[in-house]
Amino acid sequence: MTPEELRKLAESQEGARPEPRHRIKICVAAGCLSAGSDRVREALQNEIAQRGLEGECEVKGVGCLGLCTAGPLMLVEPDGVMYQNVTETDAADIVQSLGKKPVERLVCPSDMSFFTKQYKIVLENSGVIDPEKIEDYIARDGYTALARVLEDMSPQDVIDEITRSGLRGRGGAGYPTGLKWSTVAKAGGSRKFVICNADEGDPGAFMDRSVLESDPHRVLEGMAIAAYAVGASQGFLYVRAEYPLAVKRLRTAIRQAERLGLLGNNICGTTFSFHVDIRLGAGAFVCGEETALIASIEGKRGQPRPRPPYPAEYGLWGYPTLINNVETFANVAPIIRNGGDWFASIGTEKSKGTKVFALAGRVKNTGLIEVPMGITLREIIFDIGGGIPDGHQFKAVQTGGPSGGCIPEQYLDMPVDYESLAKVGSIMGSGGMIVMDETSCMVDVAKFFMDFCVTESCGKCVPCRVGTAQMYHLLDKITSGQATMDDLALLEELCDMVKYTSLCGLGQTAPNPVLSTLQYFRDEYIAHIVDKQCPAGVCQMRH
Amino acid sequence: MNQPVRVKTLKIDDRDVSGREDETILEVARQNGIFIPTLCNLEGLTPIGACRLCLVEIKGVSRLLPACVTRVEEGMEVYTQSERLQKYRRMVLELLFSERNHICSVCVVNGHCELQSMAQILGMTHVSVPYRFPRLPVDASHERFVVDHNRCILCTRCVRVCDEIEGAHTWDVMGRGIDSRVITDLNQPWGESETCTSCGKCVNVCPTGALFEKGKPVYERLKKRQFLPYLTMMREERR
Amino acid sequence: MSKKRIATVWLDGCSGCHMSFLDMDERLVEVFQQADLVYSPLVDLKEFPEEVDITLVEGAVSSEEDLHKIRMVRERTKILVAFGDCAVTGNVPSMRNPFGTNAVLQRAYLENVTLHPQVPREVIPALIEKARPVHEVVKVDVFIPGCPPSAETIFLALSDLLADRMPDMAKLTRFGA
Repeated sequence: MTPEELRKLAESQEGARPEPRHRIKICVAAGCLSAGSDRVREALQNEIAQRGLEGECEVKGVGCLGLCTAGPLMLVEPDGVMYQNVTETDAADIVQSLGKKPVERLVCPSDMSFFTKQYKIVLENSGVIDPEKIEDYIARDGYTALARVLEDMSPQDVIDEITRSGLRGRGGAGYPTGLKWSTVAKAGGSRKFVICNADEGDPGAFMDRSVLESDPHRVLEGMAIAAYAVGASQGFLYVRAEYPLAVKRLRTAIRQAERLGLLGNNICGTTFSFHVDIRLGAGAFVCGEETALIASIEGKRGQPRPRPPYPAEYGLWGYPTLINNVETFANVAPIIRNGGDWFASIGTEKSKGTKVFALAGRVKNTGLIEVPMGITLREIIFDIGGGIPDGHQFKAVQTGGPSGGCIPEQYLDMPVDYESLAKVGSIMGSGGMIVMDETSCMVDVAKFFMDFCVTESCGKCVPCRVGTAQMYHLLDKITSGQATMDDLALLEELCDMVKYTSLCGLGQTAPNPVLSTLQYFRDEYIAHIVDKQCPAGVCQMRH
Repeated sequence: MNQPVRVKTLKIDDRDVSGREDETILEVARQNGIFIPTLCNLEGLTPIGACRLCLVEIKGVSRLLPACVTRVEEGMEVYTQSERLQKYRRMVLELLFSERNHICSVCVVNGHCELQSMAQILGMTHVSVPYRFPRLPVDASHERFVVDHNRCILCTRCVRVCDEIEGAHTWDVMGRGIDSRVITDLNQPWGESETCTSCGKCVNVCPTGALFEKGKPVYERLKKRQFLPYLTMMREERR
Repeated sequence: MSKKRIATVWLDGCSGCHMSFLDMDERLVEVFQQADLVYSPLVDLKEFPEEVDITLVEGAVSSEEDLHKIRMVRERTKILVAFGDCAVTGNVPSMRNPFGTNAVLQRAYLENVTLHPQVPREVIPALIEKARPVHEVVKVDVFIPGCPPSAETIFLALSDLLADRMPDMAKLTRFGA
């Protein structure tokens, strides 16, 4: 199917109904849904039916609009008015106001830094299209990249374009995507696989979830292009079972794409076939690690294995396997459409493009944001985020989840990119960004993440299985005022040992929150140990 | 016709050695009498690199790599006895001893235990991490054998030998992290297992007193392991 | 040169380590030419004195009394030696730890007793929650594992200590030896 045929298809579907005068787009991604946006949608539809306005007014469910803290969120078009914190009782007022003055008390200013300072590539369809309608996706140039790739480009051309873009893995490690694709493409073998890692396990992270719920086709298209580039014909989307809405939307999306010949056998009428199957996780953070994920798909215990050999050479069932994160795949179609050079023009020298962050914690505007690499932490937290609420003071920002570190005030003006974050003792990670104020105890934060690692450790290697449990025990002693300086010395020794001897990334990065809080907030540890006091007033001292 | 296997030359602790390209650093080291400590490794079973005792330093590689699974490469320079490695090995052992209840003096394999011997070899005379004292069961339901989880170090040799050599796959691991445990069948008492063939291979490969035979005095509890390389060799020849 | 002052104490131990100590037999004479035994359960002295050079501690820290005793010993000793597996690792006394003191006291004093079953409250010191090796309570300078460590091992260790050398115990003994 050529781009022209795709467009015709989209138009034919849309043209079946006349364009309504007013369109209300209401967010139906998990955040707003849990705040009741489905009931708001129903109320609006009832209100419209009651007033006999069905022909003029359409209520459409869309994906994440970003400002999750103010949900349920909705957008009224063509006026371009955004409403926040909408409840069912507001339905009458909203419908009444269509085409007239907006309902003041519900208005969410669209000129906030939260919206204006973002640069949306991965999230460009999020909040705009209905994630359950492939026609919406096609109308926004959906699948044109795939069609073009199959028509005009060789697999090597595709890899060159991705390499030129400088795209790096968005799952956390930041490995050059073009290089990974090239390695898999070059690997010999009768079969190859493409796996999308959607096992987003970091506490507080919901970037991948939003992309899957708001724009699932974008991920499928990226996977298909990748499969063509590396020579795979079967793909797996490994989604954590805790994302049932994402799974449902993906299943619908796959079915819709197959029906239109955009996935499955002979895509776009060519000889290229690519099938995608969904595999569900079962509640293990460690299965976000690529070799553990592969073991899980193979039906074995989700435990990592030593690497080398890497999955690119020896992956699923021993075959060369390309495994990338959701966000990485979501960047592929725009890169093909607009060119690798375009992507490389955004961001910094070594970190190209944009990054999606889940901004959470003690900040006014919590939600999902997408910003160009190189933006400063200060801009993210104080402009986009709106600063710290209730007159509190910024203390630290935690990035990278349980594998990352806490960054203190003195680094607020540093650019957000892979290298800079690593230099201050944290990591980019998958995009979790938790802001903390003076009411957070940094030792307690370290303990929280260590507790997570203890529960999620797979148990295969000794340093992680026992080392994390011992480190947690020491942190618990410290936060309850029962530790000595010898305990602190032992904690530091264990951090070093677990970091360098663990089998996989979970164990290797488990000490990071402790190490980074020790680096910047050592005085808090000393206060707990020597003075038996928690400066932030959080920890309960036991005697 | 198979491709001829290439031979690589490398250095281990500044000694020149050679190894086939499909051999691991551990195998080559052992052939040359160079000691690298191991616990989860056993010749004849698939190595898994889990205990982390065999980690070695390789020049030009920033990470420590497990010798039991890393293949030799031409020109590799491997170091096995640096101070850093020795410190990490002792810490691995200390973590193991602190994890469960290893009471050597009253144990059935006192004097014939690989964990105990390793402590002596690595010069560990006390455990500096706090003991956990978990509550763990003993399963003596089997007619001939007993499993005492207090002594298990989760090396999974029993799992591997039962799966790869005996083929019964009676043993596996349940739970995650520090709550992991080796189990028989679907966590049923060993005596009620429908897959166990009572061959005793698991008992013989167990490095500690976690798996032992009933009715034998301490001095008779020697583990017989000759069957393992023999069976592996027989199977390879037939292939 | 004044003779070194050495002492021995036992906490929650079986006294086997002390028996092994005595097994040095005639070498005891050699030892006590260079040292004075200023306190020991084997002799009649009632008070643990100040300024002890070397104290050999047998047994795990299991009761309130052990806790009190070891802290006092640590204060008054230059070099504290944890001797025997109970002192070094917890060993047999620590086998009660997974069950908790209540269960243990019930089984010992109520379930298994026919005459006057009762958990003792007077005279017998209270058990602490977990029986711990000595170094988890106070700082230990030398560890001599073994159950018991052989007389030979004890003699070599003491000889080193009396000559102001730190003994290398790993070569001489191991857990459960």
